[in-house]
Amino acid sequence: MSGPCTSKRFKTSDNIKHFLISNSVPIIFIGLSALAIPVSGFSAAYLIQEMLTRLARNSFLVLSLLIPIMAGMGLNFGMVLGAMAGQIGMILVTDWAVVGIPGLVLAAIISMPIAAVLGFVCGNVLNRAKGREMVTSYILGFFINGIYQFVVLYAIGIRGMIRIPFTGIDLKIPVTNPQLVLSRGYGIRNAINLTGLRHALDNAVQFDIPVGGASPFTINVPASTYLLIAAFCLFIVWFRRTKLGQDMRAIGQDMAAADSAGIAVERTRVIAIMTSTVLAAFGQIIFLQNIGTMNTYNSHDQTGMFSIAALLIGGATVSKASIANVFIGVSLFHLMFVVSPMAGKELIGQAQLGEYFRVFVSYGIIAVALVLHAWKRYQERERARRDLRGEA
Amino acid sequence: MAQLEPLLTMESVGKEFFGNRVLSDVTFSLGRGEILGLVGENGAGKSTLMNILFGMPVISGTGGFEGKIFFDGREARFSSPFDAIDAGIGMVHQEFSLLPGFTVTENILLNRESTKYNLLVEVFGDRLRTLDRKDMRRRAEAAVSAVGFSIDPDTLASEMPVGHKQFTEIAREIDRSHTKLLVLDEPTAVLAESEAEMLVQSLRGLSKKGISIIFISHRLQEIIDLCDKIVVLRDGSIVKETRPAETDIFQIANLMVGRNVESAAERRRSMASTDVALDVDKLWVDMPGETVRDATFSVQKGEIFGIGGLAGQGKLGIANGIMGLFAAGGSVSVKGRKMRLNDPAASLASDMAFVSEDRRGVGLLLDESIDWNIAFTAMQVHDKFVKKLLGGLVKWRDDAAMQAAAEEYIKILDIKCTSHRQRAVELSGGNQQKVCLAKAFVVSPEILFVSEPTRGIDVGAKRLVLDTLKRVNEELGTTIIITSSELEELRSLCDRIAIVDSGRISGIRPATDPAPEFGLLMMGGELPETGSDIDAKGGDA
Repeated sequence: MSGPCTSKRFKTSDNIKHFLISNSVPIIFIGLSALAIPVSGFSAAYLIQEMLTRLARNSFLVLSLLIPIMAGMGLNFGMVLGAMAGQIGMILVTDWAVVGIPGLVLAAIISMPIAAVLGFVCGNVLNRAKGREMVTSYILGFFINGIYQFVVLYAIGIRGMIRIPFTGIDLKIPVTNPQLVLSRGYGIRNAINLTGLRHALDNAVQFDIPVGGASPFTINVPASTYLLIAAFCLFIVWFRRTKLGQDMRAIGQDMAAADSAGIAVERTRVIAIMTSTVLAAFGQIIFLQNIGTMNTYNSHDQTGMFSIAALLIGGATVSKASIANVFIGVSLFHLMFVVSPMAGKELIGQAQLGEYFRVFVSYGIIAVALVLHAWKRYQERERARRDLRGEA
Repeated sequence: MAQLEPLLTMESVGKEFFGNRVLSDVTFSLGRGEILGLVGENGAGKSTLMNILFGMPVISGTGGFEGKIFFDGREARFSSPFDAIDAGIGMVHQEFSLLPGFTVTENILLNRESTKYNLLVEVFGDRLRTLDRKDMRRRAEAAVSAVGFSIDPDTLASEMPVGHKQFTEIAREIDRSHTKLLVLDEPTAVLAESEAEMLVQSLRGLSKKGISIIFISHRLQEIIDLCDKIVVLRDGSIVKETRPAETDIFQIANLMVGRNVESAAERRRSMASTDVALDVDKLWVDMPGETVRDATFSVQKGEIFGIGGLAGQGKLGIANGIMGLFAAGGSVSVKGRKMRLNDPAASLASDMAFVSEDRRGVGLLLDESIDWNIAFTAMQVHDKFVKKLLGGLVKWRDDAAMQAAAEEYIKILDIKCTSHRQRAVELSGGNQQKVCLAKAFVVSPEILFVSEPTRGIDVGAKRLVLDTLKRVNEELGTTIIITSSELEELRSLCDRIAIVDSGRISGIRPATDPAPEFGLLMMGGELPETGSDIDAKGGDA
């Protein structure tokens, strides 16, 4: 019986090592935060408030990434397509001056078909680029960004820029609010104030928790937003248990095997990307109502990068991600975001350094997480090779 | 067993691929609950026959097949594997198609899950039905026990031993309630002996339940133990249909290999000395589909050493591993000096050269000209065809020397081309192979690895390639290690032949041994022998 016994002991140390390797990214970030929080000098109450706000703001977006990962399509950099759709919805709703919850619902209704069409295009492109989904969707994001910019810069306005020859008809999406439209008559301004929509969801149901002590402080909890996020989480849990979810898991593991079992691989992959893109549009709407202003030409860019960075920091990989990864990741990433400028200021006397650090961190973490993923896969292959010779 | 009417009848089935006949006039029948053993060498037509039965697209895409197949009383002409599955044919492949992250249950019921209704189905359709885990578990357990083994249905496929994977695959076919015929392609190739024994037991059980089985294996003893009927295929036609009681392993091996002509080497061993050129000890190579697990052998200087064996058993992995093209471990010594593995440059620098079986991928730079292809390795590794300026600070390509060398080899090897500037991609397979050989010869290696040198080339070129190898060996004393699926080719060329089975050397024999002897080694008919042949390297390690 000594054989299995020694192999078990060997396995325990191997398992600990395996655990450390597979969770290396969150562990590094917990370590960094532990160093930076005391240096920054922020109070616990302040940090908790910030985290609650930012979790409400970003979780929905990050959750929208889970379904394509399940289907083995990696991180959906194409979620910026959804974000663009969401922004178009917000622009129109602001122009029509529909405020409050109805405004947000209307924005969602407008953005849904746009996101679905973009997701359909994206999914079909990715079916022609199997195994290179991430870089393809990333570049596709740039391409669609060009179309988006054309639309918001030229095709929306009081009068259109493009006139169909000989007819005198302007090709335009009418937006009349001068606060939205550039003074030349077409094109949307860069910074838009979403007055009527600001905190519309956050404030629907909310409560304050007073914190006593030396510096009294109230922590505000946007309960309605959290309810929506909770509903989304339940949806994902339920979705995993449907036939469609099971098919996606199968495709994610081995496309050829799923295909030979008769699962419609390409169609299912398109559905995964479409779902993700539509959900990202909703996520962007939630994100924008919390911020209260919109950067017409930049907001969506940051959305994709920051969501993916957050998910990776939460310990997800390009092939495996859970709901827990989302919340851990958003918390850790934004903790770094809040803390690092102040820590930079305290350490070096320059808040700018912290600002620089934020950007550096978000891009750096994606690179590091991808490298770690490749390294992990290499380690696992090495592990598998140990068995090659059998018992010998 | 009731022999009312046969479940499956094949009537003069034949198949041509682009004028190349691979099957002709195959006729046999299989009764309900019968087990048919199908044996034959690589390329004998087993897989083509099964592809036809299964309606694989590769058959209809190349002009269909001749003859008729009757299944379950009706003529069957399946246009896709799914039709075959619907008709009640299950196939268990040699390589597993289990999903590693799925449990036994999930794998068995893949795409046939039990589901429950919910309200969202009305909006989004049937794919949003939720899985009925309880019922799935019940069905999986039923299928598993029908196959006759026990396993926790929640075990992940990635954590199962290979034997259990095989059983799970079979259980998957059994779960289709109407499976009438089960085709198993080399099911025991990856199994340990005890597991194979269990499998044979469970197949017997299934046949008692009335399921017919076609069992393809190269382990002849199993075929004889298990099957009711044995069909031996050779070169696309049935050479023998027999019953196990009427035959034995040796006869089947003989029938498979056929060609009783003793064409084996009448070679004199004048060149071979007792110096060891290459010493391989416990080599493993992680080459997908050709895994080498544990290979130990040594090759003498000036010898032509053959490596044979069936496809997928690891024979191709040996040369690829030694040349550093796939991850490898163990130890390899060249002329007594230990060589660094996993480093193609080191392998090339120790005076070895490799003519890869993957001509178009590894062997050639397809879009470059013949002279570039021939000179490339020599230029990179041995600084040939290089003019040096300023004491070697600037290196210049020596086009004149490259042209001269290319033209010389074009003449010697009779490479049919328009000029030495013609691009490699435009040449025929045989001429591409000759360019590969020239590329290896030009570095004047002491040890030359040649893998599948005659695969896919015509008869004339075949002769020339083999003769050239022989001449190089005799005139220059080059040690040649040749890997080939064609036993006769090895026997006509080599001094000794090693047979690889399941990633291990199952035996090394002089090429003059009778062909069935090698056939047996390939079919796992004999245990690995560590006899005198392997120990020939003696104490000079």
